[in-house]
Amino acid sequence: MEDNTLTQEIKPPDTSKGPVRWLRDNLFSTWYNTILTCLGLVFLFLFFKGFLTWVFTQANWRVIPANLQILMIGPFPIEQVWRIGIVFCTLLTLLGLSAGIWRGIVLQMAIAIVGVCLLLLLIPLDVVKEAENTSATLEFNLNIFYLIFIKRIWLLGGLVLLVGTFFIGRKKDGLKKWIIGGWILSFPWTMIMLHGFGENTISTTNWGGLLLTLLLAAVGIVACFPLGVLLALGRRSQLPAIRWVSTVYIETIRGVPLITILFMGSLLLPIFMPGDFQLDTVIRAMVALTLFSSAYMAENVRGGLQAVPSGQVEAAQAVGLSYSKTMIFIVLPQAIRAVIPAIVGQSIALLKDTSLVFIIGLIELMGIRKSILGNQDWTGLHAEVSIFIAVIYFVFSYSMSIVSQEIEEDLGVGNN
Amino acid sequence: MQQDSANIPFWRDIRILKILFQVLFIIGIILLALFLYTNMLQGLDDQETELSWDFLFSEAGFDIEEGTYSDPSEEENDSDPSDENLKGFWIGIVNTLRESIEFDPSDTNLKAFWIGIVNTLRVSIVGIFCATIIGFLFGIARLSSNWLISRIAAVYVEIFRNTPLLLQILFWYPLILVLPNVRESINFFDSIFINQRGVFLPSAEPAEGFNTWMWYLLSGIILAILVVIGFAVFRYLSRSRELQQTDRPSFVSNLIFSAKWTAAPIILIVPFLAWFLTPDAPLELSRPELQKFNFVGGIDLTPEFTALLIGLTVYTSAFIAEVVRAGIQSVVKGQREAARSVGLKESQVLRLVVIPQAIQVIVPPLTSQYLNLAKNSSLGIFIAFPDLFQIGKIIIGQTGQSVPTFAMIMTCYLIVSLTTSAFMNWYNRRITRFDSSS
Repeated sequence: MEDNTLTQEIKPPDTSKGPVRWLRDNLFSTWYNTILTCLGLVFLFLFFKGFLTWVFTQANWRVIPANLQILMIGPFPIEQVWRIGIVFCTLLTLLGLSAGIWRGIVLQMAIAIVGVCLLLLLIPLDVVKEAENTSATLEFNLNIFYLIFIKRIWLLGGLVLLVGTFFIGRKKDGLKKWIIGGWILSFPWTMIMLHGFGENTISTTNWGGLLLTLLLAAVGIVACFPLGVLLALGRRSQLPAIRWVSTVYIETIRGVPLITILFMGSLLLPIFMPGDFQLDTVIRAMVALTLFSSAYMAENVRGGLQAVPSGQVEAAQAVGLSYSKTMIFIVLPQAIRAVIPAIVGQSIALLKDTSLVFIIGLIELMGIRKSILGNQDWTGLHAEVSIFIAVIYFVFSYSMSIVSQEIEEDLGVGNN
Repeated sequence: MQQDSANIPFWRDIRILKILFQVLFIIGIILLALFLYTNMLQGLDDQETELSWDFLFSEAGFDIEEGTYSDPSEEENDSDPSDENLKGFWIGIVNTLRESIEFDPSDTNLKAFWIGIVNTLRVSIVGIFCATIIGFLFGIARLSSNWLISRIAAVYVEIFRNTPLLLQILFWYPLILVLPNVRESINFFDSIFINQRGVFLPSAEPAEGFNTWMWYLLSGIILAILVVIGFAVFRYLSRSRELQQTDRPSFVSNLIFSAKWTAAPIILIVPFLAWFLTPDAPLELSRPELQKFNFVGGIDLTPEFTALLIGLTVYTSAFIAEVVRAGIQSVVKGQREAARSVGLKESQVLRLVVIPQAIQVIVPPLTSQYLNLAKNSSLGIFIAFPDLFQIGKIIIGQTGQSVPTFAMIMTCYLIVSLTTSAFMNWYNRRITRFDSSS
């Protein structure tokens, strides 16, 4: 009898994961959570009702396809678009090779880019626009056919190269050095291709839209890196003169807003430079962005330098390495590895900050926005254009922040 | 050994090389500065401007609509009887403060610059206040056990963190301009009005009892400070007898301790007590009232101010939410579990274990967000909000004195950021010292 009661089975705790169980755990666990959920639902309902009504009935989305080209590449001459195509294909080739060799995060980036390209291939935004134009003239135009398909051919070509080189890269590990060199060279290559030479020179005033935004951000991110590392080393130097100069530079730049520096570029540079000194506005913006972000980069790198145990430096000195060798081979690799997430975060900030250069007359996305809204046909369509541009910025920044999170997980930062 | 070092030729002696290198570096910097300076003189010569500070005291010649106080009695009718009754020291101070932000095109450029500083500070301080509240709410909401709430918070944070602030400001600004016109304002309780000319809020204006009240308040505060210091001295003396030399907390930390425990009640009680003692009402509520063309009275926030404020608040709050979330998550799980296992209540776990540790992680990035907000307020230039930067630009446009004006603008921003980072360094040192001692 007693045995019976003792061995009576007790039901294990309910571990079922049905939808009801999930709802109870995550939405209605306590009375205040229930209230919060209801409030949240009401808010979402009102928000989506208003927003969706606006999106589908009031908003005039024709402004986007009609201006898509100018949003993407600005006033870049359309017959020269092959230049952008070649740059695009070069970069995708390099990315494909790197993805094949390094896998991991690079591969994920490549996959994301494939996804975006496929989306662009399939979304017929520009077709809508061209179809409208054709129906107005009611004749089939070879030129328009060309315009619609030429972009897709470049996109498709880029995709094929990306996937193809991925498989090549997977087999050939010895390509590493060449690819790093390729990435470094891709930068001047891009500038030369976009600028052209001889008779076909394209003035930088024709650079605009997303193209210019990405270009400015890329230049800022890449060029601020060496400068930032030097400043960080300078700030930690044992030589007081160098330490003081670096510190003053970093603190001054970090203490003032970016538009001060942009304005100094346009207002003060002519005063501080010899009489006939002229600097292209795009270059000016690039220099200003680089000088600005190098101070922030320096602080990031300094954070990394502080994280490197002093034993590393002492060990390097003990085996007789010079200062520069200690830094390049021992300290910096460890320091930078530790602050990669911070550097990516700074890159996102820089991408967003490029929106400010339109105050010195550049027509990147924000400048294009202004010129579209200045057009009589599209006045008053602030919200539509702004939301579209916001989506573009969001896609780039958000994917960068996901990359940074992945790296953070790889490095094991913040596991507790 | 000494003989060896004496034999080293100077070009291989690291000590001399170090000094030589620095000297060369400084000479390089000086040469660069000289080069820029001579160019500047030449450039200014070409522009036919002379470097001087006289322009600061010449007439501005432009008007500033934003953030300047305009006396309603001057505009309506000069003999406003209610103003006559108000006299006394504190009323005088209020009037001086008001005069300091009165602006007229015949005032000097320096005054215009001052108005710019006031506007920047105004939008920054209000922005910091709002962004902190909203940021903390969303940061905590993101960690909520309620799935829906944490999702909403996450979407909010990601959207506003990943789009440029400038785009957000330029998105809000036209939305304010398409609000209903003045006659059809959105009305809350007849005291808050929202329309396309901005937001109109009620304000507290000094009334008859104001002067007396301020005296009571001042004496109350002095008394309170004396109490705090007295308590700190008492605690310092009594505890230094109990504790070992090494464990004894410094007088400053005693002062902070006693201030922490007495400040809140003092701030709450003293004004009310003073209010109670004052025979007449010290403050009266001034509600915005619709006159011929616009609302009069209360505080009015222009569309530019409102758009900039919304933009700065929303953008910064998204970052603050992340800071708060990271801070709370940085407290190791074991800390909570340990606190629960020694029998603390859930509220005690938060108050005594989680928040003290989280706040150490939160404060440094939070301050840098505050600084960012102050610097980002310069984006008001895109919607013609007359902040420090915008007014500086107007002055440059009118006088051509770009170099001194830029120097002034940069100095203002640098003063704010350097004092903040000095405070931060002090705070960090304090926090880490406490950390190691406890």
